[in-house]
Amino acid sequence: MIGDWLDIGPVDQIAPGNARTLPVRGADEIAVFRTLQNEFYALVNKCPHKHGPLSQGIVHGNVVTCPLHSWNISLKTGEALGEDQGCVPTIPLRVDAGRIYLLREAVVGRAA
Amino acid sequence: MNAPASFGDPVKRAPVREKLVVIGNGMAGCRAVEEILARDCNRFDVTIFGAEPRVNYNRIMLSPVLAGEKAFEDIIINGDDWYADNGITLVSGDPVVSIDRDTRTVVAKSGRIEPYDRLLLATGSDPFIIPVPGKDLAGVVTFRDLDDVDKMLAAAEKGGSAVVIGGGLLGLEAAHGLSLRGMDVSVVHLMPTLMERQLDEAAGFLLKAELERRGQTIVTGGDTAEIVGKDDRVAAVRLKDGRELAADIVVMAVGIRPATALAKAAGLTVERGIVVDDHMVTSDPAILAVGECVQHAGNCYGLVAPLWDMCRALADGVTESPSGFTGSVTSTKLKVSGIDLFSAGDFSGGAGAEDIVMRDAARGIYKRVVVRENKLIGAVLYGDTADGSWYFDLLKKGEDVSSIREALIFGQAFAAGGALADPNGAVAALSDDAEICGCNGVSKGRVVETIKAGACSLDAVRSTCKASASCGSCTGLVENLLALTLGDEVQSGPSTLCKCTSFSHDDVRRLILEKSLKAIPQVLQELHWKTPDGCASCRPALNYYLLCAWPGEYQDDQKSRFVNERMHANIQKDGTYSVVPRMWGGLTSPRELRAIADVVEKYNAPMVKVTGGQRLDIFGIRKEDLPAVWADLNAAGMVSGHAYGKSLRTVKTCVGSEWCRFGTQDSTGLGVKLERMTWGSWMPHKFKIAVSGCPRNCAEATIKDFGVVCVDSGYELHVGGNGGIKVRATDLLCKVASEAEAMDVCAAFIQLYREQAHYLERTAPWIERVGLEHVKAGLFDDPEEVSRLVTRFRFSQQFMQDDPWAERAAGKDAGLHQHLAEVRPLEFAQ
Repeated sequence: MIGDWLDIGPVDQIAPGNARTLPVRGADEIAVFRTLQNEFYALVNKCPHKHGPLSQGIVHGNVVTCPLHSWNISLKTGEALGEDQGCVPTIPLRVDAGRIYLLREAVVGRAA
Repeated sequence: MNAPASFGDPVKRAPVREKLVVIGNGMAGCRAVEEILARDCNRFDVTIFGAEPRVNYNRIMLSPVLAGEKAFEDIIINGDDWYADNGITLVSGDPVVSIDRDTRTVVAKSGRIEPYDRLLLATGSDPFIIPVPGKDLAGVVTFRDLDDVDKMLAAAEKGGSAVVIGGGLLGLEAAHGLSLRGMDVSVVHLMPTLMERQLDEAAGFLLKAELERRGQTIVTGGDTAEIVGKDDRVAAVRLKDGRELAADIVVMAVGIRPATALAKAAGLTVERGIVVDDHMVTSDPAILAVGECVQHAGNCYGLVAPLWDMCRALADGVTESPSGFTGSVTSTKLKVSGIDLFSAGDFSGGAGAEDIVMRDAARGIYKRVVVRENKLIGAVLYGDTADGSWYFDLLKKGEDVSSIREALIFGQAFAAGGALADPNGAVAALSDDAEICGCNGVSKGRVVETIKAGACSLDAVRSTCKASASCGSCTGLVENLLALTLGDEVQSGPSTLCKCTSFSHDDVRRLILEKSLKAIPQVLQELHWKTPDGCASCRPALNYYLLCAWPGEYQDDQKSRFVNERMHANIQKDGTYSVVPRMWGGLTSPRELRAIADVVEKYNAPMVKVTGGQRLDIFGIRKEDLPAVWADLNAAGMVSGHAYGKSLRTVKTCVGSEWCRFGTQDSTGLGVKLERMTWGSWMPHKFKIAVSGCPRNCAEATIKDFGVVCVDSGYELHVGGNGGIKVRATDLLCKVASEAEAMDVCAAFIQLYREQAHYLERTAPWIERVGLEHVKAGLFDDPEEVSRLVTRFRFSQQFMQDDPWAERAAGKDAGLHQHLAEVRPLEFAQ
């Protein structure tokens, strides 16, 4: 089971309300978020609008506000909220024993 | 022939009782035995091994024992007679040291060998010890069994200080007990929020405030570096930030790990815990496992409710009526007397999830329930947990709550009554003398009169009869009364700060001061925010308002700042940053220019540009290179130019009397002095200054927030200019004779703007809104006012003028710049 999941390190690398980045060679960078409610999410680090780095936005609830033009993106679904239309791919993530795992095929598969 | 016990063949029973050996005399082991006996009391001949030299007791009640609220006798689940009555052999104080699966025997520490037909592992968990120097000193204890409690009680008898490492459920209960026993207690918690796995930020904040009120020292975000010893005993705990907390005893309560050593040594499948199927059977069909030591469907459990579910599934399985364990939803209650706290389920929100928040600041209550697709999926309650079990029940059953949704947050009594189906109806039913606003003592009758007399908006009601003008908890009731009285004619008042609150910017700023609110979660609670943690509009505004209200005291909240202020650089459309070093008054030197040139080459910056504010802007720097760039610029004596902030940007100057044949005063010198005085100050919005040496105004001072135009007789001071989307020329504020006066008026004007404007309001719209006369009156009506404003500004500045670049270059907040890791798929590895 562990083999299907990519260990990207302990949860305390990301402070609540923050995000950090995970570049993937040959594919889009991934942003890993930790909300103030201590939920973890991973999305492609690219706003569906003009490709702003979502990892740099303000996190509230489980929404991130893009730093470039303030689109609100759901961390759970990757969908733009409100009037805006668009969606960014999400990467299945799980937390186990204090470590963060991403679904390997969703990370690496996209690289192919 | 005496056949061995058979599996999967219920018809063929062994003629004698099967031998069931249980390793672990704790809650799970004994409960499993109880459940089996209840189903078939003749099936097994039971032997229980326990490491502790005592009968089975309720481990989760150790906290009340430590707190002195219960005695050990009170928490015994099964006494000696239970073992005797059921023919169970208890081997206590003699732990099992190995399992031989081939001969189906276990060996105890004393050498005793016990054969089994079926073996049940209920080894529980071990406390996790953080690997810091000093962890083995005398006086460092865990909080797991009665021996630990005895050690803590012995220490408490001598008094002194206790440090609890870990601010989770167990740590806080230990801290509470030691505090009641008279010790001076500090809790060190690695995360910013106490009990972060169970609580959200708002509830964690309330809990911290209450524990501090009770005299405990709570250090959140505290990372233990070392336990310091003296004569082989613990003396203090040193944190990584250098702080030292005196300690006569240290309680390590950072977490637990499934105790799997025996199972692993016996060759069973073990991941994080001992892997079991739905019937609690391990990879060896003769061996079962239950409790905190197991891993089921990827999950390990540390709470008691899932244990009971597992024991039921196990007993059903071994008595041939398999039901299966399907995992548990867990709920948490903190056993600290006087603190009511409950959490259950998923309260992370999410797509389609809707938060219902209720806050009652006066009673210290925070409630939040999360609903998705008409089902309750999570709840956090603080201060009033009476409805915890009701919510938990709704959650586990997955009942449709749409019919009671409106009243859900008010609890079972309201929801069951159905009285609140129409919220206006409930208010209509109130008598005229019913109190609506407790803070200002306003009755329903008076609110209705006020509305009938012409107050057609929430704000008008607030300013006329004061209802809901203080804490705002009755805002909903006043809105109901407006709707009842006026129908569709209710006017929406001046815009609220954002959709999370019914208060305007001015109200929030006033209440922050009146109520001494000093942290964002405190503002959200006291002012009854409708969302659990605000939004991208209110968080930055509140961060600024608190920073302005409590200089030197308020802890700036990075995660509430826009990207540019968090990264101390300007984000560009490709996600890279631009960097603008400060050049005082627009002056520079060969050394600075060389350093900038070197940075441009070293980091391959694709562009350097002269800005409108007379600075050099280096483009295309990656976030991970920013600290190194800043270190290089710092080395040449340059600091942050704050070109990214809602703050003083630049002071633009012309060359003035020093060089220019028309110059009347030293405009460059004054510009440098103004910039030295004002740099680093956070403001409602960006703020630009310029100083021109004569009325030809080469520095374009009349489209700046604060502009100085030098004339022969002194200095004309202009305010409220803007060269942006809507060009606005400045208003003349006043004329002064000396540089010193010009600087004082500048500082006073900035401070007035800082204290009064709304967040994200430039000086131009602010002056348009309040009027120039208001600004003049605020500065000059009272001859002492300028100097009071100057004093407040300078006081605030002493905390602002640390170069943020230098801190980052020295390694602060490195996580904001570095990647977590990098993924290189194999095809790219070459």
